[in-house]
Amino acid sequence: MTSQPGPAASGARKSLRPAKPRWRETLGLLARNPTAAISAVLLVGIILVALFDEALAPAGPNDIDVGARLQPPSGEHLFGTDDLGRDIFSRVILGAAVSLRVGLLAVGIALVIGSVIGLLAGYYGRWVDDVLMRFMDMLFAFPAVLLAIAVLAVRGPGSGNTALAIGIVYIPIFARVTRASVLGVREEVYVRASRSVGASDFRILTRHVLPNAAPPIIVQASISLAFAVLAEAALSFLGLGTQPPNPSWGLMLAEGRGYLDLAWWLAFFPGMAIFLTVLCFNLLGDGLRDVLDPKQRTLMGSAGGENP
Amino acid sequence: MFALVHLVPGDPVRLALGTRFSQDTYDALRERSGLDRPLVEQFFSWFARALGGDLGVSFRSGDTVTSLIAERLPATLTLAFASILVALVIAIPLGTLSALRPRSIVDRIATVLSQIGISVPDFWMAIVLILVFAGTLGWLPTGGYVPLGEDPGGWLARLVMPAVVTGVVSGSVITRFVRSSVLEALGADHVRTAQAKGLPARQVFTWHVLRNALLPLVTVTGVQLAYLLSGVVVVEIVFSWPGLGQLALQSVEARDYPVLQGAILLFALVFLVINLVVDLLYTAIDPRIRR
Repeated sequence: MTSQPGPAASGARKSLRPAKPRWRETLGLLARNPTAAISAVLLVGIILVALFDEALAPAGPNDIDVGARLQPPSGEHLFGTDDLGRDIFSRVILGAAVSLRVGLLAVGIALVIGSVIGLLAGYYGRWVDDVLMRFMDMLFAFPAVLLAIAVLAVRGPGSGNTALAIGIVYIPIFARVTRASVLGVREEVYVRASRSVGASDFRILTRHVLPNAAPPIIVQASISLAFAVLAEAALSFLGLGTQPPNPSWGLMLAEGRGYLDLAWWLAFFPGMAIFLTVLCFNLLGDGLRDVLDPKQRTLMGSAGGENP
Repeated sequence: MFALVHLVPGDPVRLALGTRFSQDTYDALRERSGLDRPLVEQFFSWFARALGGDLGVSFRSGDTVTSLIAERLPATLTLAFASILVALVIAIPLGTLSALRPRSIVDRIATVLSQIGISVPDFWMAIVLILVFAGTLGWLPTGGYVPLGEDPGGWLARLVMPAVVTGVVSGSVITRFVRSSVLEALGADHVRTAQAKGLPARQVFTWHVLRNALLPLVTVTGVQLAYLLSGVVVVEIVFSWPGLGQLALQSVEARDYPVLQGAILLFALVFLVINLVVDLLYTAIDPRIRR
């Protein structure tokens, strides 16, 4: 706090200001980044699969066929079958819906609560800031997995509670990101102008502060989706998340663990599904950051030799 | 901080008391554990005893919480430090190389590798490693832990896989920080001045770039170490590694309230201590911070 920002720092602050990228421009810039574009396309594919899971899956998730148990991947069962003869390909498809639903719900909870807290803390400052952010710090100090496990211990296992648990874990991160972003926007001329003509706090916050503070929050949301999918898998793997017989990738991994030397495909394909989904969200988040968060872009730019 | 330690696990206790005990043992245990008293009173008596190093007695086994934690501590410390070692061995060269040659092949490969490392589920990587190195090749045991003093070879053999799994994940995170902080240091004015003075590239790099890139590295390593000391529950389970994460999970499952509380208190302490050490290292590295 004592460090005085030098002229160089305030110069960097200027270039920090998002040039209000409209969503069309954002998409255009994003399309020029091949990794981000490919991940976005893949993600759309995964989301479509999750939306039309029932229609796409060749078999029901719990169609048991003990005669065809532990079949290796073949034309009939693309990813093989598990210990109860259930078709793993179908279960991976149906698991996509479970994973994405929990991930979206978790990030939704964290995003809404976290950014409201960050917005209030950043905009009002003073004691509001102190009280809210100290509370966030305490929440943040907890080991993430343990906090989620504790929430699940209180609320009982299941998909909905898993989303809630993961959401609570990520609230402080969104609060911090939003607060930092709001602090940069709060003293802008347009905010002061709006205040001087007598706009209400609510109007200033929703019309001026939030839209201009949004880019880092959007980036954070994409990256958090990656971690939420990963966390859901981990919690289900531990038996605390999605409960059997529902198909969840983490749960399938846990079930496949016992058959490792007999049937590698039980654990391999759900793991691949988790990995690809998480990778896509991460890459998309990186791409979005390049487009939406110019501070990071200057960093990338300096990498390309266009150092200011 | 201490209030919150009690606050979050404060609810499982009500749940815990509803399960698995007959009414008589239930009442007896409840009274003995002081759970029939008001929560605030419980908190203060727990707090007072915790200050004296007494964290209470496990509901499940009857052992003292301190002894349970002490039993698990060596395994956790071993794994955490081994992992951070693996992580740094990966991250420092990889991050520095990709920062020195931005947009080169090396940089791109490093970026892809670190993205993969961040995205791969650690427990899945653990399972695949077990399958390959313990199953197919049979080089390493599937899991477990033996103390270094008893069997150094077995200790190392059991440590390799868990340390690699957690180290790769942390290393991927650290790589990205190393890359960006070295890049930032490279672009700084004093580096340009040093280059303009005609100092040898090696000298500029060691004294002007690395030294400035060290601060963010220390911070992120501290964060990762705190995470490793508390959060590797899933990897511990897969490798049957008898660490604190496993203890914490077991105590959640058994609603073993004192143990969970003790473990969380320890994690909070670890977090504080690591932050303190990071701050101290800061002043050691950067004299400007000493004021």
